[in-house]
Amino acid sequence: MTGPDIDAAEIAALRRRFPESFRPAWRGRLVAGLALAGLVALAGYAMVRLDFSAARLLNGLGRLGEFSLLMLPPEAGGRGWAFLQALTETLGIAFIGTLTAALLAFPVAFLAARNVVPNPFVHFTVRRGLDVVRSIDVLIWALIWINVVGLGPFAGALAIACADFGALGKLFSEAVETVDGKPGEGVSASGGAELHRIRFGLIPAVLPVLGSQVLYFFESNTRSATIIGIVGAGGIGQYLTELIRVLELRQVAFLILMILVTVAIIDAVSGRLRRALIGGAAW
Amino acid sequence: MPERITSLPPDRAAALAGAYDAAVAASRRRTWVGLAAFVVLTGLAAQAAEVRPWVLAAHIGRFTDYIAQILPPLTLANLPADLAEWYWGWPKWLALLGETLLMAYLGTLLGAIGGFLLCFSAAANVAGSRTACFVVRRGLEFCRTVPEIVFALLFVIAFGLGPMVGVLALAIHTTGALGKLFSEVVENIDMKPVESLTAGGAGRIETLRFAVLPQVLSNFVSYGLLRFEVNVRGAGVMGFVGAGGIGQELLVAIRNFYYADVSAILVLIILTVMAIDLGTERLRHHLLGSLR
Repeated sequence: MTGPDIDAAEIAALRRRFPESFRPAWRGRLVAGLALAGLVALAGYAMVRLDFSAARLLNGLGRLGEFSLLMLPPEAGGRGWAFLQALTETLGIAFIGTLTAALLAFPVAFLAARNVVPNPFVHFTVRRGLDVVRSIDVLIWALIWINVVGLGPFAGALAIACADFGALGKLFSEAVETVDGKPGEGVSASGGAELHRIRFGLIPAVLPVLGSQVLYFFESNTRSATIIGIVGAGGIGQYLTELIRVLELRQVAFLILMILVTVAIIDAVSGRLRRALIGGAAW
Repeated sequence: MPERITSLPPDRAAALAGAYDAAVAASRRRTWVGLAAFVVLTGLAAQAAEVRPWVLAAHIGRFTDYIAQILPPLTLANLPADLAEWYWGWPKWLALLGETLLMAYLGTLLGAIGGFLLCFSAAANVAGSRTACFVVRRGLEFCRTVPEIVFALLFVIAFGLGPMVGVLALAIHTTGALGKLFSEVVENIDMKPVESLTAGGAGRIETLRFAVLPQVLSNFVSYGLLRFEVNVRGAGVMGFVGAGGIGQELLVAIRNFYYADVSAILVLIILTVMAIDLGTERLRHHLLGSLR
């Protein structure tokens, strides 16, 4: 570990030959130091502004410790069947929401892609529209849809469909834009019509990418669908909110475990499907 | 002149065509089976989610009515006064918006610090021990699978109402998300600098500082900025459960049908999110361009 094998004279020689390497990088350090100081100062201001206090933090941590003891052992409290139904509902919301979003986003993505619609005005408008839809959180969409179709999982599915429509539209259009144009040219050169070009040149290239993105969104939506019940839009979130409010912590722990297991299963299945999809396309 | 292509003898051509047909038929069959499974799944999901298209069709008018109602009563003749009336609560709303942004910032920063401290133990190539790697990975998984709103619900009871709860909830979720992304970056580094420093007798901290960190820092910052975008959205709805930010005002406006307020706050949120998205995208391209 210790004892350098070169002596002082050699180091001095090296120092003479490569002065640049031995000089401390003052400028870089200054910039890094200033950036760090800025970050810390802003963090300090935020803590003061948001009423951080050590006493509250310690108190709360103590209470959290008590909570985690109260969570053991997790139990369903005789409501296992209802929980399972709510979990199915959650999965249904995620599935229908993602599917609807994908079906809506597919045609719009072509409008937003620069290589399909060359008119900059059209794809700029479509993209900003997608951005607006995307900026509104799922929970806000859920509140809006509850006003339209009433409380329940259908509102949740519509909320997920809306929020993801914006995100998927953007991703799809980027996938369409980066696709290789040569297969399409090949189809055209051997006498294919425009529809042939899209069907055999474009769609086979983008479909696996889009499919894998949709699966990825389905994974993340199973997570979103668990919380959508907080505002009354169905799924397991309704139970979760209620039980946390009345401090039935052992049942809360049971619900969280159920969610963890489900999400892990969905992740594994969809990860496998995604790999199969992308492996099927010659990358 | 191109020469005439010699065709295969008919029996070989027939065999090849038969093999081709069989392959196509097999692939078609697989597609149909997949499609059938998909349709069945869709039906089941629609059943579970209580999809009722006729309700949607019957009430779609309510959606357009709602949009029409929340649109502000702006007239061209009296624009400044109308704007002032639409944004009657702007000092309060801007303050809350600032609070939301600070929550997102602090949550991202604390989460990034947490993720940074844990990511090296979760990366298989530089982790100290296998058990630590396994434990840290499961812990990060837990932190990112439980949605931040659920943490916020629990923390509101433990810590009391207020933005501090929102920050803590965002920080924990961010630790889980960034810890995973960071550790994946670390797993993809070039290991030669690490080997050379280890061979030169450097300790663990020195190796991480001089062999790993220079390779990963720009990606870390880029992921951190990406997460900040996500957290701005997340902080916007923390108020729904009493954890600070502008969400509470929005919830009250939506629940009590203060139509003009809904659109005023929504427009503020949308503009902020879009501005943050554009800003961080610029910054990320700049960083990835300059540090690489």
